[in-house]
Amino acid sequence: MSTKTMIIAKNLVKKYEEITAVDGISFVINRGECYGFLGPNGAGKTTTMKIINCMSPLTSGNVLVCERHVKTKPREIKALTGVVPQEENLDPDLTVFKNLLVYARYFEVPSNEAESRVEELINFLNLSEKIDSHINELSGGMKRRLLIARALINNPEILILDEPTTGLDPQVRHMIWQKLRQLKKNGITMLLTTHYMEEASQLCDRIAIMDKGKILIEGNPVTLVEEKIGKEVLELRINNAMENELLQKLNRFEFTHDRVGDTLYMFSRDGRELLQYLVSNDYPLVLHRPATLEDLFLKLTGRGLRE
Amino acid sequence: MKSIFKVPDISFRAYRVWQRNRDSYKRFYKANLIGSLGEPVMFLFGMGLGIGGYLASMEGVSYIQFIASGIIMVTAMYSATFECTFGSYTRMMGQKTYDGILATPLTVGDIVMGDILWGATKSLISGGIMLAIIIIAGLMKGPVIFIIPILMLIFLVGLMFASMAMIATALSPSYEFFSYYFTLTLTPMFFFSGVFFPLEKFPLIIKGISYLLPLTYAVNISRSLVTENFSYIALSGFPLLLALTIILVIVAVNMIEKRVVK
Repeated sequence: MSTKTMIIAKNLVKKYEEITAVDGISFVINRGECYGFLGPNGAGKTTTMKIINCMSPLTSGNVLVCERHVKTKPREIKALTGVVPQEENLDPDLTVFKNLLVYARYFEVPSNEAESRVEELINFLNLSEKIDSHINELSGGMKRRLLIARALINNPEILILDEPTTGLDPQVRHMIWQKLRQLKKNGITMLLTTHYMEEASQLCDRIAIMDKGKILIEGNPVTLVEEKIGKEVLELRINNAMENELLQKLNRFEFTHDRVGDTLYMFSRDGRELLQYLVSNDYPLVLHRPATLEDLFLKLTGRGLRE
Repeated sequence: MKSIFKVPDISFRAYRVWQRNRDSYKRFYKANLIGSLGEPVMFLFGMGLGIGGYLASMEGVSYIQFIASGIIMVTAMYSATFECTFGSYTRMMGQKTYDGILATPLTVGDIVMGDILWGATKSLISGGIMLAIIIIAGLMKGPVIFIIPILMLIFLVGLMFASMAMIATALSPSYEFFSYYFTLTLTPMFFFSGVFFPLEKFPLIIKGISYLLPLTYAVNISRSLVTENFSYIALSGFPLLLALTIILVIVAVNMIEKRVVK
């Protein structure tokens, strides 16, 4: 195993009694890379992250983190990792400052070093004004920033982010993205789960789209969209009868299509001619836009509700 | 069954959890101390002087002195139990503190051991203050040097009831469950461990049951150290309590692990 590789997972399986949460997935994550797990709720993203961080034992398969096996070296792996959990679990009995200081002790950071590190991180995440506040006095965005600060207290090599910006306003979200990009520049390896396709596009070098415990597709988000969807999307709000008639007339154009409810989506590599035809023939064109990760996501995981 | 007795992974890092609990205790210690000392002090003087006024002596000592040694143990029992039922359950379920700690190099064993050590420390604080009150009131008749083994006993009783409470916490679906635990486990010990009256005159069945209650042994040791009636036989309860405590710690770690690691 080269030092370039950070995490190797082979045939990873996790079963909870009757349910198979992760169903034999394999992946490799490189040092300094940001790798995103996307998928509907219940796809197995969080479980995969928990196994990597030795919070949850695997049922079968193999996971190596920094050349250490999750089964035999959990304390060492956890010492190298920082985790921003999906569910906020800051210590409500302690102040912002104490939260970080107590956490530093769990990692055996020497106390003089810990204090300067805490102050540095509080500044990095713009929380200086709240340093002596208790957790219940913080807003959702501040709590999330504090969780990120807490995850960095041990100078981790790997940062695990489970939906780091869910439920936050756009200002905080963009600020967090900035900070994460800055961390990435410093060489930290990041693992991310998210429901925001924009977040994945902004941050991830590679993504894996998961569903029902399996990885459906893996690769660079931009390349994947281009390969699997195309460059452009045309959205038309027309009924079924009109659709059949239209599609027959469009034989000469190269595109794929998908109908959802009242809308026909047409995906193509070069939509200009197609667009011109539709406009000149007075079709009720709703939208012409670039193809996104969300198109790929919905194509692969379907549009049915999961919950 | 075997998994309940698995050797737990406990390290020095349990101390980090103890430190965390100490830091959060600093905020509430006044309310906490009044809560855990108010009742035993009132029992000691209320019953000791009230009932004591009608009794010449009990087992050769004044009634207040008779119950003083037992009340130290009861104080230790309740302090550790409150900490490791309501306190630990809140940290495990409500605040998700355990989940936060598990993302660090600590194991479930470290967390549970840290909470048990903290529970025992709270026993030591309230039991130690009780002992001081008893000494000031002139109720301590054993040699001064016995203060050391009494404090050790308070800590051991704290460890034992903290571990027992952690097992209740592992089984508890909600806070309501703890009222069963208190009524069915602690209250019988409170009444039938010889704290308020000697066991000798109880019917045979209750006497038999009382010898199954670990608090009985603790009360006997305490009484032997606090009153003039020192007895080596009572001291033989020490290794028994120690052995039981070790088993309870192991079971507690394994049961909490089953609950939090999925």
